[in-house]
Amino acid sequence: MAGGKEIKTKITSVQNTQKITKAMEMVAASKMRRAQDQMFATRPYAQRIATVVAHVASSHAEYKHPFLIERPIKRAGFITISTDRGLCGGLNTNLFKKALNKIGELDDQGIEIDVVTFGVKALGFFKRIGARIIAEASHIGDRPDISAVIGPVQAMLKSYSEGEIDVIYLISNEFVNTMTQEPKITQLVPVVPSEDTELKHHWDYIYEPGSKEVLDNVLDRYIESLVYQAVVENVACEMASRMLAMKNATDNAGDMINELQLIYNRERQASITQEISEIVGGAAAV
Amino acid sequence: MANTIHVEIVSAEEQIFSGEAEMVYAPAIMGEVGIAPRHTPLISPLKPGEVRLDMGGGKEEFFFISGGILEIQPHMVTVLSDTAIRADDLNEAAALEAKKRAEAALEDQKSDFDVAKARAEIASAAAQIAAIKKWRRK
Repeated sequence: MAGGKEIKTKITSVQNTQKITKAMEMVAASKMRRAQDQMFATRPYAQRIATVVAHVASSHAEYKHPFLIERPIKRAGFITISTDRGLCGGLNTNLFKKALNKIGELDDQGIEIDVVTFGVKALGFFKRIGARIIAEASHIGDRPDISAVIGPVQAMLKSYSEGEIDVIYLISNEFVNTMTQEPKITQLVPVVPSEDTELKHHWDYIYEPGSKEVLDNVLDRYIESLVYQAVVENVACEMASRMLAMKNATDNAGDMINELQLIYNRERQASITQEISEIVGGAAAV
Repeated sequence: MANTIHVEIVSAEEQIFSGEAEMVYAPAIMGEVGIAPRHTPLISPLKPGEVRLDMGGGKEEFFFISGGILEIQPHMVTVLSDTAIRADDLNEAAALEAKKRAEAALEDQKSDFDVAKARAEIASAAAQIAAIKKWRRK
């Protein structure tokens, strides 16, 4: 029995790997549920602030906030949201592919980019391709806090206010369902207000103390909330994607064990047959 | 229903309160405001303080907020409350810190921005994924 022992060792090692992937799958599944809950919990705020911004954008305040004014694009800003860890299928790669298409598009028009990254993977990617990264945040964890988002977003908004960049895009994963996560690109600034069909007649708020202070406050929070939502959604995407990847890995390990077991059995049978024929042959010779 | 106003108190992380109240008191930046149903549309930043809801029948509810935005429409009051403590200099510090982290991470970067190189890299990663998918289908 030549390879018998080696095959046995290999089976054990694949079994150990299978145990790990199985455990990772289950951990990801439970984390995904928590991330989804958090995703739903952040929705009311985002919806409310989006309606407020839509009202403000369609109202006729005496002060026009720079975030609401479009200007010719000379340089673009990217806020890219990725995961911190790997082993989550094609999630990050698909996202970066989408980002690159956009970068290529902008590059053809002679527009360069500045980047703010969330997550180790995005940082690594943009570092490798040599993009100018103006701020980053990583190791935010599975339950992100909005304070983790404020710094990097403010850095990018400041760069917009100073006229360094003329448009800000958010590149993130959308959680369609457990099986599907779609990368998407949204324009953050200048703000594209969602159409409000409900209120179309002319009216405006009373701004207290003044429209400038109020708009500064509202728009900052609006953009932070959009980015924060994307960060939370990305955690759900990461977990869903990892769950799926690990499920596949576990299944593959199972297939591999079966194959190896078959080879092992065949090997054992062959050696037994050989031994018998040797004994029979030996007996006949005596 | 005629004498109540719908109130929503939400923070970026969760919904805190949603329901009807007869009167709402909130710490607006210019001083406390009392809001009755059919108030004219108003929007104002909030100071840290207490949002008080008069639920009618002598019942009251209190919520502490660390700042935020108050939006009033005739039929509805929305309090967008902050969970993070903020001030302009704090935001500024956070922004600087994020920038510094990026600079530190980029210290060993030598190459210039190269779209072609990046495309090639993505193409190879995509090919890997395609190959894995094909292999799995077998």
